[in-house]
Amino acid sequence: MTAAQPLPDPLAGPEGTAAALPEAPRREALYFALRNKKLLIGSAIVGSLLLLGILAPFFFQNGPNERIAPPGLEPSAQYWFGTTQFGQDIFVQFAHGVRSTFLVGVLGGGIGAVIGMTVGFVAGYKGGWIDEILNMITNVVLVLPTLAVLLIIAAYLESRGIVMQSLFIGLTTWPWAARAIRSQALSLSSRDYVDLARLSGFRTHKIILRDIAPNMSSYLFMTFILLFGGSVLAAAGLDFVGLGPTDGMSLGLMMHQAVKWGALQLGVWWWFVPPGLGITAIVGSLYIMNVGLDEVFNPKLREM
Amino acid sequence: MLRFDRVSKVYNVGSFGSDRLTAVREADFEVRRGEVVALIGESGSGKSTLGKMALRIASVSQGTITCDGTDISTLRGNRRLKDYYRRVQGVFQDPFSSYNPVFKADRVFAMVRGEYYRDVPDAQWRAKVHAALETVRLDPQQILGKYPHQLSGGQLQRLLIARALLLDIDYLVADEIISMLDASTRIDVLNLLGDLKARGLGILFITHDLALGNYISDETVIVHKGSIVERGRTEKVFGDPLHPYTKKLLSSVPQFHKKWEEVEAELKAREAADTRIRDYHLPVGQEPPAQLFEADEGHFVQPFPHGARASA
Repeated sequence: MTAAQPLPDPLAGPEGTAAALPEAPRREALYFALRNKKLLIGSAIVGSLLLLGILAPFFFQNGPNERIAPPGLEPSAQYWFGTTQFGQDIFVQFAHGVRSTFLVGVLGGGIGAVIGMTVGFVAGYKGGWIDEILNMITNVVLVLPTLAVLLIIAAYLESRGIVMQSLFIGLTTWPWAARAIRSQALSLSSRDYVDLARLSGFRTHKIILRDIAPNMSSYLFMTFILLFGGSVLAAAGLDFVGLGPTDGMSLGLMMHQAVKWGALQLGVWWWFVPPGLGITAIVGSLYIMNVGLDEVFNPKLREM
Repeated sequence: MLRFDRVSKVYNVGSFGSDRLTAVREADFEVRRGEVVALIGESGSGKSTLGKMALRIASVSQGTITCDGTDISTLRGNRRLKDYYRRVQGVFQDPFSSYNPVFKADRVFAMVRGEYYRDVPDAQWRAKVHAALETVRLDPQQILGKYPHQLSGGQLQRLLIARALLLDIDYLVADEIISMLDASTRIDVLNLLGDLKARGLGILFITHDLALGNYISDETVIVHKGSIVERGRTEKVFGDPLHPYTKKLLSSVPQFHKKWEEVEAELKAREAADTRIRDYHLPVGQEPPAQLFEADEGHFVQPFPHGARASA
């Protein structure tokens, strides 16, 4: 990989970057991002799985639950990941599962991040009784027994879709993000430059968006990645205990079915290994990406 | 005229505000245009809180602060507040934390432009910035486009003053703006404040440094534990201090040829020798009132028990 890239002159390199830094902070981040192995490897895995999830389902004639093949086939050229005991193509299921896993991650993580950041920023910046009330709400949601609540909700819902599941995950996972962001915002909002922004006539939302948030951008991005990974795992957990979507397919649901029909005992390893590996790969790569991003944005880590 | 009328600041501390902490008690003074008022006090005396209240960064608990007759706590809404900030601006103690480290230093100008001079053409704006930079004796080429960490404390502090000047201000709250600077830059910034005063600016100069206060101010206000203990023309307060705290403050400026023990003994001896009962002496044990007594024309002192010595 490095051989294909035109390497900068080792002597001219550092000076070249140093000169480029003041003018282009964006390009500076890109420069370090492209040289960060963790970030590159992580985003390559996440990117290829994302492409698979988005594009592959368009090439299949059959849905993930259709019985189109002889049951219990091992992986072969025709059925890449083999088939289930009911003759469903596992690769088709896997592609659909990856798609819904990303959907859950983006939706659930996104909802969680938006609520968590809003609550955290407002509580941390405003302080006083607003802070106390928001803190109270945060703590209440934090101690809610999520699984028990979902069981009750599931009893009342006739059909559960992936969007519904993401919504529920997003609405229950934000408290830790809110607490973490609140403490950061609290510390940043006592800085003099926040006072200076007020003296410049900035309104509250502008101060939060333009002065406080940019100072913790990598932290916010990390929050989103962690919420994304958390949502994927939470969804897989819910699917696995049978609270997954009643229509459609997900990686957790695949594992649930595999276990339910005794794939483990029958030695049908190709039924449960792909979804397990898929979840591990997505969440693991996101975490690796997160470490890489931290190195890109944090100059202290970058210099090592 | 920026007028503090019996201004108090009480903080609710403890859980659910169960406890109260008085940071400022009935402060009463004014800053006129073309005049420098030095607000002198030790750390925690409430002097910065007074500055923050004047800038509407902290709210006023009791009393009023008026700017040319308008009560500033009634300025509700972003528009009226912006009108106020167009006339009254502040510069803070720490130049390094006054800048957002992720942005370039000249963003402080861009912020002002975005809020106040949206429709000024680029060329005109650039001329305005250059003029402001010239006033604070900074070279635009050296400053613009740099990050805060690439500039010195003195440059950053002067840049902040230039920022305030972009707004055609009448009053400037300068909160310890010199204490983080080294001696040579210090005098530059001080003289700059002198120039601004000559141009008709009213300056509230908050400091803990007596020498600086004496050097620049027309009027001096001494704050101790949240109360004003003495105020008046600078030459009167420094030349004829009345309150024991002021006396102690003045004699605690380190002197080359004297140790503190000598100074303290001298102070005590002088206090003991002064047996006159003055109008502003209180019976021993009585709490000093917040209202000041006019001991001399324009020279106010907080009444205190006779023979009292300021305890730290």
